[in-house]
Amino acid sequence: MKDAMTYPNPQPKQTAARSFRAAIKPAERIMQILFLICGLVAVGFVLIISIYLIISGIPAIREVGLFNFLFGTTWSAQNDQYGILGFILTSIYGTAGAIVIGVPIGFFTAVYLSKVAPPKVAAVIRTTVNLLAGIPSVVYGLVGMFVLVPWIRETFNLAAGDSLFAAIIVLAIMILPSIISVSETALNAVPQDYEAASLALGATELETYFRVSVPAAKSGIAAAVVLGIGRAIGEAMAIIMVAGNVANMPSLFSSVRFLTTGIAIEMNYASVGSLQRNALYSIGLVLFLFIMLINVLLNTLLKRDKEG
Amino acid sequence: MNKLSPSRRAYEIVTRTMLYVCTAVTCLLLVFLIGYILYQGIPGINWEFLTTERSILRGTIGIFPAICNTLYVIVASLIIALPLGVGAAIYLTEYARNRRLVEIIEFATETLAGIPSIIYAMVGSMVFCISLNMGKTLLAGSLTLVIMVLPTIIRTTQESLKTVPQSYREGSLGLGSGKWHMIRTVVLPSSIDGIVTGCILAVGRIVGESAVLMYTVSMAVGMQDFSTIAGIMKSSGATLTVALYVYAKEEAEFSVAFSIATVLLVLTVLINFAASLAGKKLKPENK
Repeated sequence: MKDAMTYPNPQPKQTAARSFRAAIKPAERIMQILFLICGLVAVGFVLIISIYLIISGIPAIREVGLFNFLFGTTWSAQNDQYGILGFILTSIYGTAGAIVIGVPIGFFTAVYLSKVAPPKVAAVIRTTVNLLAGIPSVVYGLVGMFVLVPWIRETFNLAAGDSLFAAIIVLAIMILPSIISVSETALNAVPQDYEAASLALGATELETYFRVSVPAAKSGIAAAVVLGIGRAIGEAMAIIMVAGNVANMPSLFSSVRFLTTGIAIEMNYASVGSLQRNALYSIGLVLFLFIMLINVLLNTLLKRDKEG
Repeated sequence: MNKLSPSRRAYEIVTRTMLYVCTAVTCLLLVFLIGYILYQGIPGINWEFLTTERSILRGTIGIFPAICNTLYVIVASLIIALPLGVGAAIYLTEYARNRRLVEIIEFATETLAGIPSIIYAMVGSMVFCISLNMGKTLLAGSLTLVIMVLPTIIRTTQESLKTVPQSYREGSLGLGSGKWHMIRTVVLPSSIDGIVTGCILAVGRIVGESAVLMYTVSMAVGMQDFSTIAGIMKSSGATLTVALYVYAKEEAEFSVAFSIATVLLVLTVLINFAASLAGKKLKPENK
């Protein structure tokens, strides 16, 4: 890309060439401007999204009070109480739970696919994992609703199986594909010399993979984890189907609302202009800030990985 | 193996077990998920289910409107997102000389890629449905999806443009063509594989999206009047994913929901297959 950018324009020397150049110039100029506009559109979209979220998110926070909004423990539209600590904690616990379950499984699968598996087996598993990544989130929600929720209800003797625990399992499964594929890419990029040197020094194959290859790919694997965090914290439709959606403070087997589902569950009936709807926008703003933080972290990790 | 000290042998056994157990868990999950969806969904699928709309009178449920709505949304979003995305990628790889500007645009693209769909749903309903007064229509939904799939198209096109050898460009410019002419006749044809792959991935993202469409379009599962193009874009109705949610969560028609899930699963398989095929078959020789 650097080459393309610094590509020198051939300087016209003859008058004939110059007049030819002058003739085609307007079209060239217009196309260049058009492409520039296309490029700036993405920046424009980000600005519009940020501005809209900030402008519409601030009124409710001002009305409720920043402290009461972020650290209030009750959310009840009937009583005009809008505290989102429960949502924030649920999102954090839910994401942490999904990471604790999903990362080890995804990580070991990635090592297996990248280093141990016979190429044909690896290709089959890889294709299926990619399929898993493409399945719409409502489908995960549906299977969770049908299989996981009844199972939790019966196994743990609860009145209802819709719970934080069900959401954690669904999220863990949903982040698996991104963790596997990003970690595997990082592991595949480790120079073969490292592994050859380790093997020549007498380490076994597994010792080589886990003590040489994995440390060499560590920022790529960290990026996979952060990507998984981003996915899990932003997911809405799958967990709305299994988490029960009552605005409780989180505990493993109670019905809970996440930041995302807190927005989703009330969006369609909160009337425009009401404090309730504005409070939903404020939740959006909080979620957006979380995501931006994660994105910056992810980009730093990926950049470090690229630079080696 | 026999010469290893006990602690190294233990390490060997533990890591090997973890490798196999975790991979087995992943594979079992995959097989179970796919098998369960097909097992529950296939019995409900027949020609009538796919080609009729819901009839309260006869008590039958068909998903034809949802299939149509999904197609409309895909076409409308791609018509706008494709030129924009390819244009942005061309600017980034071919024209941009200002390193700082490139960094800003790339940062914006990465940010867009990371924003969760519920935020797109919120902003889309604020901007298109309320501020621009479009109401909950397929147009508002498609426009929101344009923003969502833009990063996918930009990124894949850009990757593909980067693999076009510099000598192609030099050859074309050396023969006297202008830059736009060079891009149109040399660079774009050599990177068609990336552009098509980007499109297919964008289609996949649109097919799988539910939150955006639920809050910017509608959850009604009936058939609308589709006589003119303007009429289509002003109308409103559930796509496949939204219909699945409605049937599962609000109407308790679980077998219908699983049948829709099966349709979505088949679509996902086709999309993934098409994407890998496009990457292989469309790649120009000697690239």
